[in-house]
Amino acid sequence: MTELPNFQPATPEIFLAAASMVLMMVGVFVKPKQAYRTVNTLAILSLLAAAVLVIMVGGSTEAGPQLAMFDLFIMDDFAVFVKILILIGSVAALIMSQGYVQREGMARFEFPILIVFATLGMLMMASANDLMALYIGVELQSLSLYVVASFQRDSLRSTESGLKYFVLGALSSGLLLYGASLVYGFSGATQFDLIVQSIASSEETPLGLIVGIVFIIAALAFKVSAAPFHMWTPDVYEGAPTPVTAFFSVAPKVAAMALLLRVMLDPFGELIIEWRQVIVLVSILSMLLGAFAAIAQTNIKRLMAYSSIGHIGYALMGLAAGGEIGLKGVLVYLAIYVVMNIGVFACILTMKVQDRMVEGIEDLAGLNSHAPITALVLLVLMFSMAGIPPTIGFFGKYYVFAAALDAELYALAIIGAVTSVVSAFYYLRIIKVMYFDEPKEAFDKRQPAGLRGVMVTSGFLSVALAPFLSVIVTPAGIAAASILAP
Amino acid sequence: MEAAIVFLPLAGAILAGLFGRPLGAKGAQWLTSGLMVIAAVLSWIVLFDITSEGKSYTVTLFTWVASGSFAFDWALRMDSLTAVMLIVVTTVSAVVHIYSIGYMSHDPHQPRFFAYLSFFTFSMLMLVTADNLVQMFFGWEGVGVASYLLIGFWFQKPSANAAAIKAFLVNRVGDIGFALGIFAIYVMTDSVNLTVIFNTIPDLVGTKLVFMGVEFDAITVTALLLFLGAMGKSAQLGLHTWLPDAMEGPTPVSALIHAATMVTAGVFMVCRLSPLFEYSEFALAVVTIVGASTAFFAATVGLTQNDIKRVIAYSTCSQLGYMFFAAGVSAYPAAMFHLTTHAFFKALLFLGAGSVIHAMSDEQDMRRMGGLAKLIPVTYAFMWIGSLALMGIGIPGTPVGFAGFFSKDIVLEAAYAAETMVGGYAFWLGLIAAFMTAFYSGRLLFMTFHGTSRADEKTLAHVHESPRVMIWPLYILVLGSLFAGVAFYGGFVGDGMANFWGSSILILPENQALANATLVPIWVKAAPLAVGLSGLALSYWMYVKRPDAPAALVVRIRELYLFSLNKWYFDELFNFLFVRPSFAIGRFFWKRGDQKTIDGLGPDGVAQTTLRASKGVSLLQTGYVYHYAFAMLIGVVVFVTWYVATS
Repeated sequence: MTELPNFQPATPEIFLAAASMVLMMVGVFVKPKQAYRTVNTLAILSLLAAAVLVIMVGGSTEAGPQLAMFDLFIMDDFAVFVKILILIGSVAALIMSQGYVQREGMARFEFPILIVFATLGMLMMASANDLMALYIGVELQSLSLYVVASFQRDSLRSTESGLKYFVLGALSSGLLLYGASLVYGFSGATQFDLIVQSIASSEETPLGLIVGIVFIIAALAFKVSAAPFHMWTPDVYEGAPTPVTAFFSVAPKVAAMALLLRVMLDPFGELIIEWRQVIVLVSILSMLLGAFAAIAQTNIKRLMAYSSIGHIGYALMGLAAGGEIGLKGVLVYLAIYVVMNIGVFACILTMKVQDRMVEGIEDLAGLNSHAPITALVLLVLMFSMAGIPPTIGFFGKYYVFAAALDAELYALAIIGAVTSVVSAFYYLRIIKVMYFDEPKEAFDKRQPAGLRGVMVTSGFLSVALAPFLSVIVTPAGIAAASILAP
Repeated sequence: MEAAIVFLPLAGAILAGLFGRPLGAKGAQWLTSGLMVIAAVLSWIVLFDITSEGKSYTVTLFTWVASGSFAFDWALRMDSLTAVMLIVVTTVSAVVHIYSIGYMSHDPHQPRFFAYLSFFTFSMLMLVTADNLVQMFFGWEGVGVASYLLIGFWFQKPSANAAAIKAFLVNRVGDIGFALGIFAIYVMTDSVNLTVIFNTIPDLVGTKLVFMGVEFDAITVTALLLFLGAMGKSAQLGLHTWLPDAMEGPTPVSALIHAATMVTAGVFMVCRLSPLFEYSEFALAVVTIVGASTAFFAATVGLTQNDIKRVIAYSTCSQLGYMFFAAGVSAYPAAMFHLTTHAFFKALLFLGAGSVIHAMSDEQDMRRMGGLAKLIPVTYAFMWIGSLALMGIGIPGTPVGFAGFFSKDIVLEAAYAAETMVGGYAFWLGLIAAFMTAFYSGRLLFMTFHGTSRADEKTLAHVHESPRVMIWPLYILVLGSLFAGVAFYGGFVGDGMANFWGSSILILPENQALANATLVPIWVKAAPLAVGLSGLALSYWMYVKRPDAPAALVVRIRELYLFSLNKWYFDELFNFLFVRPSFAIGRFFWKRGDQKTIDGLGPDGVAQTTLRASKGVSLLQTGYVYHYAFAMLIGVVVFVTWYVATS
C-alpha cells in the first residue's frame, strides 16, 4: 500500500498543471502592460511542450495501454491522437486571439491561463479511464470555459452567454453525475474495465444501467452540442468574444467527442445494439437542425454554431456505426473539422470595419473586391464545409458515410446526404455574397500576422491535404484500433 | 464537279458565318456570291452534259450509316431531274446573292444574312441531289431551318419572329408525314436508297399495310404520307398558311426560298418519286385535286390583297398548285417545266417588287403607291415582263411567247388530255385561276405603276431606281422569263422529252396525258391565252379606266370580297381548331402541370418547406435559459423512454 502510483504516462498533464501555476506567478510579477503578451507567448510554448511530451510518452505499448494513477488514467493511441488535435486547436485559438484580445480590452493575463486550464481538463478527458476521472476532466474544462465565455466583462452579451452556459452546464453536470451514480449502482464499478466485466458477467442488462447510460449520453451530448441538448450553442457562440467562440468550436468539441467515443465503445461497447438507436436519433436531429436552422441566420457566428451542430451530427453517424471503421471515420472527421473550423474563425476574426468587429453575413458582401485572399480562403473553406470535392471536407464526410453504410444504417446515411445538400445552401450563399453582391465597406487591411498565418494555412490545408489524407487517416486507424483492442 | 456544286455554297456559309467579322460585310458578300456564281456555271455544264443523252449516275462521297440493312451513303444522284433543279437553284441563288448585296446594304448583319443564304442553297442542293430518302430528309429539314432563320432574320420585329415560328410549325405537320412515309418505305422495301426502292416498288403493288386493324393499300398510304410532306413544304391548301406570313423576311429571301426554290421542293419530290406515285391511282388523284384546289383558292385570295409581296406570294401558292396537278395527271415533265420557268419569272417579280419596296422606303402597301412607272422605268419594265410571263401571254402555235405561256399551256393541256374526272376538275379550275392570275397581275401593275401617286411627298421625293448591283442580275431572270419557255419546250415536254429525261422520271403506259397533250382541241390551246388577255383587260378597265369601279363592286359583293380578303378565314379557322386548343393544353400543363405540380411539389415546394422549417426551428431558440433546460430534460426523458421501450 505504500507503493507510489505510477505517474509517468500522465507527464504532459502534470507538466501543464505545473506550467499553469508558474504562468500565474509570471503574470503577477511581470509588468502589467506586458503581462498578457508574455503569458500568452509562454502559454503557447507550454502547450507546444505538452504536445511534445504527449508524443514522447506515446500511446499503447505492446503490453497494452499505459495506465497511471491506480488505473484512473489511460494513455493509448486514441488518447495521443485526440490530445494532439486538442493541443493544435488550443494553440491556434491562442494565436488567433492575440489581436482581438488586445483590441477589445480583454488583455488580461488570466485569459491564456484559463485556456491552458481548459486544455488540461480536455487532456484529462481524453485519458479518462474511470467515471470519476471523467467527471474531474469535464468539470475542469467546463469551469474554465464558463469563465472565458464571459471574459469580456463589460459586454452584456458576453456575460449573458457565460451565465447561460454555466447554468445549463451545471444541469448537464448533474445529469452526468446522476448517470454515473446509476451506472455505479448497477454495475458496482466506476472503472471502465470493471464495468465491462460486470456487463459481460450479468445475463440481462439491468434497466438502471440503461438509464444511467442515457443520462451520460445526454450530458456528453450537451458538451458536444448535439441536438436536442444544443440549445446553449447559438447563444453562447454569438455572445462570447469571437476568439473564445473559435476556441469553443474546436478543442472542447474534440475532447467531449473523444470522451463520448471512449465511454460508449469501451465500457458500454458490448451494449452497442442498445444505445445505437439513441445515437442515431441524436445524429439525425443534429444534422436536421444544423441544416435547417442555419438557413435563417444572419449572424455568421450563429451560423457557425448551427454548422457545428450539423457537423457533430455527421461525426455521430460514425459513432452510431461503431466498430473500427466507424471510430476511424469519426476521428478523421474530427481532425478535418478542426482544420476547417480554425480557418473559418480566422476569417471571421478579420471581419473588422474601422476597428469595430462585424458579424453579419451581409457584411461579407463583395469581399472579393477588397480582400481577395481572405475571400479565396473562405471560399475554399466553405466548399470544404459543404463537403464538395476536392476539398478535405468531402473526405471527412466520405469516411463517416462509408462507415454508416457499412453498418447498414441506410436511413441515417440518406438523411445525412439530404441534410448535407440543404446545408450546402448556406455555405454557398456566403460564397455568393462574397463574390457576386455589391461590395460594402472594406475590412481593415491590417491584420496580425499570426491570424493571417492561421487563416492561410488552414485554407491551404483544406485543399492541399486532400491527396495526402493518409497523414490523418493512418493515425486515426491506429487510434481506433487501440480503443477497441481487448 | 458535282460535289463542288453542292459544297461550294456550304464553304461560303461556313466562312461567312464563322468568320463574318474578320471578313466584313464586303468580304462576306463577294465571297458567297462568287462561290454561288461558280456553282451556277458548273450546274449549267452538268445540265448540258446529262440531258444531252439522259445520263444518270451516282457520285458516292462516303458512307453515312451502316447498321444492318439500314445502310446508306452520302451520295449525289445525278440525272436530268437533279440537273434541272441544280440550274434552277444555283442560278436563282446566284442572282439573289448578288441582288442582296445592294438590297441589304444598309443592314448591320450582312455576313449572317449571306451565310444563311448560302446555307440554304447548300441544303436545297443536298435535297435535290439526294440518292436516298434520309439524305433528302436532311436537305428537307435543312431548308426548313434556313427558311426559319431567314424569315426571322429581322429578329427585332415580333411579326417576323411569329412568322418564322409559324412557318416552322406548319412545316412540322408536313414533315411528320414525310418521315412516316420514309418509315413506311423502309418497312416495305427494307431500304431507303432510291434505286433499290424504285426497283422494288413494282413488285409491291397490291401489298396491304395493316394499321390498327384496318387494311390500307401500302403504296397509296406511303405516297399520301410523302405527299403530306410535299404539301407542307410547297404550301398547298391547308398547309399554305405559313407562306404569306413568310413575306416578313427580306425580299431576296422571298424570291429565293418562297418563290423559286424551297417551295418547289414538294413538286420535285413528287416527280422524283414518280416510280412510287405512278403505282397509286388514288394518290395521284389526291395530288391533282389538292393542286387544282390550291391553284384556284390562292388565285381568289390574290385578287384582293393589298400588300405587293402578299399578292405575289399567293400567286406563288397558286402556281405551285398548277405544278402539282400537272404531276397528278402524270405529266411530271410539264410540272418540272412549269417549275423551271416559274422560278425565273417569279424570282424576277419578287426582286422587282423588292426594287419597288426599296425605292418606296420600305412601303409594301399598293394602296399607297401608284404612278411609279416614270420614276423607276427599268423596274417597271421588269415587272411587266415578269407579269406577262406569269399570265402566260404568247401566240399559240408559234415559238413566240413568254416563258409562262409555254409551261402553263402544257400543264392545262395535259390536265385536259388526262380525260379523267379529276383531270377535268383540274383543267377548269386551272383555267379560272389563269383568268384571276391575269387579273391580279394586272391589278398589281396598274396600282403600283399607273395612275396618280398615292404616296406621301417625303417618300416620293426619295424614289429612285435601284443601284446597278440590283439591276444587272435581274437581266438573267429577264432572259429566263422571256426565253426559258421556248428554249426548253422541246427538251422538257416536246419531241426530245424521252431523251432529255432519260430514266429519271417514270410514266406508266396507261397514263398518257402528256403524250396526248398535243392532240387536244384547238380551243383548249387557245383558252388560257383568251382568259389571260381578258383578265388583263378587265383589270385595266377597273384600275385605269374606271378607278371607281372596284369600290363599287366591293359594295355589291361584300361577302365574297371579305371572304377573299380574309383568305377564306383559314387562319381564323386554324386558330380556333388548333392554335387555341394547343395554347390551352400548353397552359394547362405549364401552369397546372409544371408550375403547380412539379415545381410546387418539387423544387419550389421543397425550398419553401425548407425555409419554413428553418424559421420554425429558429423560433425554438427563445433565448430563455429555462426553455433550454426544459428542452434538455425533455430530451433525456424521451431518450430514456425510447431506449427502454425499444430494448
